[in-house]
Amino acid sequence: MGLEAILQKDGFITTTIDALVAWSRKSSVWPMPMGISCCAIEMIAAADPKYDIARFGSEVMRFTPRQCDLMIVAGTVTYKMAQVVRRIYDQMPEPKWVIAMGACTSSGGMYRSYSVVQGIDQFLPVDVYTAGCPPRPENLLNALMAIQEKISKTKARQFQNRSLAELENAQI
Amino acid sequence: MRKSNFMDSKELILNKVKEKFGQAIEAISDFRNDLCFTINRNQIVELSRFLKEDSELEFIFCKDVTAIDWAARKNRFTTVYHIYSFKLNFNLRLKVNIDVDPPAVETVTSVWKSADWYERETFDMYGIKFLNHPDLRRMYMPEGFEHYPLRKDFPVIGIPGSLPLPNKAE
Repeated sequence: MGLEAILQKDGFITTTIDALVAWSRKSSVWPMPMGISCCAIEMIAAADPKYDIARFGSEVMRFTPRQCDLMIVAGTVTYKMAQVVRRIYDQMPEPKWVIAMGACTSSGGMYRSYSVVQGIDQFLPVDVYTAGCPPRPENLLNALMAIQEKISKTKARQFQNRSLAELENAQI
Repeated sequence: MRKSNFMDSKELILNKVKEKFGQAIEAISDFRNDLCFTINRNQIVELSRFLKEDSELEFIFCKDVTAIDWAARKNRFTTVYHIYSFKLNFNLRLKVNIDVDPPAVETVTSVWKSADWYERETFDMYGIKFLNHPDLRRMYMPEGFEHYPLRKDFPVIGIPGSLPLPNKAE
């Protein structure tokens, strides 16, 4: 690989902190598998050896929000569940990203109904929307790559702006 | 062979119920061998208990409790009970036309414990009150929701603002 070759030659590399931090962040995006319905099956399939989400450094699905960077909302979000999703999202440490996986989370999908939230962007800041009902695992990986690209453009200091007080005052 | 057994069972049930509840039975429907009794609102628990406890019938399994909203009709709501006898291998349906407003009917949880959640669901969706129910709370919709979604006058997409959403996160 390129990195070892450079190190063997000169013994050092030069880069910026921003680039280094962004590179390490995007190479180990730990997902919060918010698998609420059928999309969860495709999300699980994305983690199996055939599609292998580990190629992107995202194989560690954490079941506690406190260890996650990326919330994959995979499934129909009802108004009742919206409160739970938001609570879990609030417990994730910053910086954090959100994938709206599938038609239901993006727009309510086929559930144009009184009980289903017509798009989770009404209460969550969605970074990437994924089309499909459910999306194929490749599509989820594509969304993950889009997230990685987004992360690679971030600055390290970007996420230090929110003060502790601001976070504590964040209302559910 | 099953056919003849089935017909025997049907005769047995019809005779027994007619004999005991003659006056209270408002209608008997037998469409495609689907036997259904419409019973007076005050007699539903007695009929249920009889069907369950009679040693020849033993309708011990309450499969479902639901309701119908007839919208424009005078007695707007009908509750429907699906019950089953393992002994006779027989499905039976009971109906109660509710003639009071607000709609209310006696619970059958004293007969079939499993009716508890079915009746809660029916209450949640239609707003039919089940009197003396042990725990008549909402089932699917959040507490504090003021509407009944399966009523005919409820819009499919819901009533804006009737269900709270979290504030938008930054």
